[in-house]
Amino acid sequence: MTPLIDVDWWALGPGLALSGGAMLLMLLEFVPAGRNSSRGALVALASLLAAAACVWRVHEVKRALFDGMFVHDTFTVFFTLLFCGIAALSVLLSWDYVKRMRINQAEYYALLLAATLGMIVMSASNDLITIFLGLELMSLALYVLVGFRRSRLESNEAAMKYFLLGAFASGFLLYGIALLYGATGTTHLERMAAFLAGSPLLSNPLLLMGGLLVLVGLGFKVAAVPFHMWTPDAYEGAPTTVTGYMSAGAKAAGFAALLRLALVALPDLQASWKPVLIAIAALTMTVGNVTALLQTNLKRMLAYSSIAHAGYVLVAVVAGGNEGAAAAVFYLAIYSLMNLGAFGIVALLGRDQDEPVLLSDLAGLGFKNPALAFALTIFMLSLGGIPPTAGFMGKFYVFRAAVQAGQIPLVIVGVLNSVVSIFYYLRVTVALYMEEPAGEPTAVSRSIPAVIGVVVSLALTLWWGLQAHALLEQAQRSVLGLM
Amino acid sequence: MSAPMAVPLSWMLALSGVVFVIGLIGVLVRRNALVIFMSIELMLNAANLAFVAFARQLDSLDGQVFVFFVMTVAAAEVAIGLAIIVNVFRLRETVYVDEINLLKG
Repeated sequence: MTPLIDVDWWALGPGLALSGGAMLLMLLEFVPAGRNSSRGALVALASLLAAAACVWRVHEVKRALFDGMFVHDTFTVFFTLLFCGIAALSVLLSWDYVKRMRINQAEYYALLLAATLGMIVMSASNDLITIFLGLELMSLALYVLVGFRRSRLESNEAAMKYFLLGAFASGFLLYGIALLYGATGTTHLERMAAFLAGSPLLSNPLLLMGGLLVLVGLGFKVAAVPFHMWTPDAYEGAPTTVTGYMSAGAKAAGFAALLRLALVALPDLQASWKPVLIAIAALTMTVGNVTALLQTNLKRMLAYSSIAHAGYVLVAVVAGGNEGAAAAVFYLAIYSLMNLGAFGIVALLGRDQDEPVLLSDLAGLGFKNPALAFALTIFMLSLGGIPPTAGFMGKFYVFRAAVQAGQIPLVIVGVLNSVVSIFYYLRVTVALYMEEPAGEPTAVSRSIPAVIGVVVSLALTLWWGLQAHALLEQAQRSVLGLM
Repeated sequence: MSAPMAVPLSWMLALSGVVFVIGLIGVLVRRNALVIFMSIELMLNAANLAFVAFARQLDSLDGQVFVFFVMTVAAAEVAIGLAIIVNVFRLRETVYVDEINLLKG
């Protein structure tokens, strides 16, 4: 006789560890801690580590939990480790930032863990219901995190815009799921694929409409043009460490769900979704890069750059197949790392409550603080895709996969965009080394955990630039779980 | 369909579509954050209606169960959304999205 609850507890471990950690953080508030206590960060790090250890312990096996709604395969393992890494780096970067900004620590870290759990659920979902729940868990936590500096109007405004547009997109996603359910009779991705295989219903308007609406909902989460309107405002107004976290994590999670949906559930609909995605990819790259050229605010510039990067990942998704999916996963890991590093450095600028984030605030830092300027330069070069950094390898594999898939025009658009993007990334370097500050150069806060976080991202950015093989192999192995 | 006097699926879908479009237009044309938020809730409820209609048509429970999840999520969304809007109102004394325009570019 099978037991009533038949699950692999190790595969479920990340969920238990993260929700346990979040609850523990809230319970610990009954024992007051000083404003400078690091308890919250330590508990958060410990639960992230536990989550990663659990999933690593069973990384070789494939499991379907809860009637196949939640799958544990190589894809899930890769993304779980990626999300735990992103969150752990964010904790390191936030360590002193939250103290400096007088942010309430227990809630901050609890919400960070909840959002990470949402991302993991999104990447592990094999059913539209669980994708929706994971997405909402992630989004609800992020809405609050964006508005965390309650007394600052910018933070509030960012939270409100992000919330209203995010909920609006959820409405589209949900209606799309309802239509897909009506058209195929199931919300389970594999059963949906089985239903559609060789079905004469492929031009069913219900199905096409549903697919389109789901695409709108996920496109919003990954900030693809034309659903990107919230991105610059939310990224600029949010606390900088939260911006770094959501620019890396939320995007990767959105793409994880999109990859699973496109490659597992709807491969038979390729002829319908590919042209749409090609147009979105080209638009996303172009709008993101061209608008980034006009920015004077560093956070806003990085926001538009992150939109452009979503476009590059979409190129890989359009390429499709094993190679394309692997390139997308590979690019997401690299992008997360370098973007977190860049935002980590921005979070170090300024003392106490002030946040100098204009490009002109960087003037003179190249000589006053050479290590910081060097790290920021490397991240900018990597984001621009210049060898020998990881960003170059990422773009190389994305474009190679697209060429192999015959998407030559899209690759040309992508390469031209990369060239445009180098202008604004280099403007940061110019500001660092070649401009004179108007008054005193910007102050830089000291924070050992944040420095550790930046050094880790910097080392990996350079290491993966030279030795991308190991990561690429992992990415290729991860997408085998989808096929 | 089992019941003899059943409402046909197309009617239910039409209602759900109309409700969804009312919500959609509400979000696009209204400027009060609270009304926008109510319109979003309307969109979610339109989806719920579609789920229930399909579940009955397909004779499967999945859609009905999904509605419970959606209602829970919507409740959580209300809690967070109202908190954010109230906080904005405390600082700016307005909930009109046109007047809340610090971030742009």
